[in-house]
Amino acid sequence: MTAVALPGVRGRQLWAWVRIAFCAVMLALVLAPLLWTVFLSFRTNIDLLRQAPLDLHGPYTLDNYAELLRNQTLFRWFFNSLVVSTATVAGVLTLSSLAGYAFGRLEFPGRNWLYLIVLAGLAIPDQSVILTRHQIFSDLHWHNTYRALILPGLSAPLGVFLMTEAFRAIPRAQDDAARLDRANSLATFWHVLLPQTVPALASLGIYTFLLSWNDYWWPLISATRPAMYTLTEGMAAAQSNYVEVLGKGVLMAEAVVAGLPVLIVYILFQKHIVSAVTGMVKL
Amino acid sequence: MIGRLNRQGWPNLLFALPFLLVYGWLLVYPLLAGMGLSLNRANLFGGARFIGFENYIRLFRDATFLQALGNSLLFVVMCVPVLVVLALGLALALNRATRFAAFMRSAVFASSVLSVTVMTIIWRQILAIDGGLLSHGAHAIGLPALPFLSDPNLALPSLAAVTVWWSLGLPMMLFLSALQQVPRSVFEAAALDRATPWTVFRQITLPAITPALVLVTAYECALQFQVFGQPQLLTQGGPNGASRPLVLYIYETGFNQWDIGYAAAASQMLFALILVAAFVPQLAQRLWRRA
Repeated sequence: MTAVALPGVRGRQLWAWVRIAFCAVMLALVLAPLLWTVFLSFRTNIDLLRQAPLDLHGPYTLDNYAELLRNQTLFRWFFNSLVVSTATVAGVLTLSSLAGYAFGRLEFPGRNWLYLIVLAGLAIPDQSVILTRHQIFSDLHWHNTYRALILPGLSAPLGVFLMTEAFRAIPRAQDDAARLDRANSLATFWHVLLPQTVPALASLGIYTFLLSWNDYWWPLISATRPAMYTLTEGMAAAQSNYVEVLGKGVLMAEAVVAGLPVLIVYILFQKHIVSAVTGMVKL
Repeated sequence: MIGRLNRQGWPNLLFALPFLLVYGWLLVYPLLAGMGLSLNRANLFGGARFIGFENYIRLFRDATFLQALGNSLLFVVMCVPVLVVLALGLALALNRATRFAAFMRSAVFASSVLSVTVMTIIWRQILAIDGGLLSHGAHAIGLPALPFLSDPNLALPSLAAVTVWWSLGLPMMLFLSALQQVPRSVFEAAALDRATPWTVFRQITLPAITPALVLVTAYECALQFQVFGQPQLLTQGGPNGASRPLVLYIYETGFNQWDIGYAAAASQMLFALILVAAFVPQLAQRLWRRA
């Protein structure tokens, strides 16, 4: 380590102030847009249209939220998102844990090659396969169905990667013991190994849920009928024609109502989400 | 026969098979078929005709495509360095076990769990020239409001700023997890040596997190080349294509003009660009080390 010229104490104090100032500015930048949205959602549409100078004294109103409750399409979109995201999570967890078990724990011809091909898929962006993927579902007449919204999410290799790692991390001695008990590979998987991957499954499940819930690209292309929109896609439609239909205040209330569920999921499962995203990138 | 297949482990393949089928059907096949499609003149209604590399030649003479390509590169250049520096700064500031640091980490990451469509609703009300938060602020201090989304010189930088706000959480978390792997004892030894924070950063922290730095840069480059929702919703790629990136170009060519062979060629270019973006930082690091 090099010798230091500055007396340490003053230098450290200066840096402490720099750190505090930086944190304060960043916190303001992060929170201001969110608070502004919440603030606007309680303003009357007349105030928002007048573009009166900013007045924090009100008047405030709950009309925008009341309007939302009367809006049936929003519930429909919410329901669609719930169906699609839940089914995607179930599918991804099933396929990934089975494949992760095979790749991480079992021997079969071509295993390493196949795993390499699966990992290579992590580099394929959804955008570069969109035209032919769209054609596949067009040929089957499956657009505007739940299965069209769900299936592409199941082809992502991330889950297989995470689950293979999880299965590899379990000590070998455990399946040897199971083998001595003459358990077959399915029984070993289900009774011995899978229970130990629950933390990994939880991370993958919550991450997949958010990814599917927030996906805009594929629903935009596949679900063209408003009744089949997901909430995320619906929010896009809402913002491109809000002025004519409901007004800015209602749109802001919609943003709050659409943002709140994911923020709640995030607050509840923060640890899992962070461990999934950091595990994902560290390939 | 069955005995031999069993001994070689073929039945074990059955566990991986369900995923492999979906993977092959909806990711590998579309990728390869898309490469084939890019060699055809095809629209949604008629058949396809093989034309070799003509679509690719056409792309490089297409001013709209070149503009979109340039916009994508510019967007990455504007976004990624800011993202990396801010995320690293936050990670360094918040790598401590206080309650405030924990709250701040959560708050920064929170914006990235919002969908792009909710995010753009929020930001339109910040950037809008009529009644946006920034125009209120400008009026309050006697400045003119700026047309962030409709000025050709401001549209793309505005989208980049919005994107930084939205995606700061992930790189910060990645840096934090890298920092936590540096042994405490190293920092304690440095403190005993009365090293300044800057020396500690240069001599200890930076070398320790270089792999994470390269990884995050590569990942963010690849990610930001895929930008779509922000321009599609906030600027519609305008004005005059000034903020239209590659993915929006592909979307419009494929799904508004139904020129799908041509759009497929453009999406191969995107794929190539993302592969390059993901590997260039690693390559640069290796050359740097050798130099």
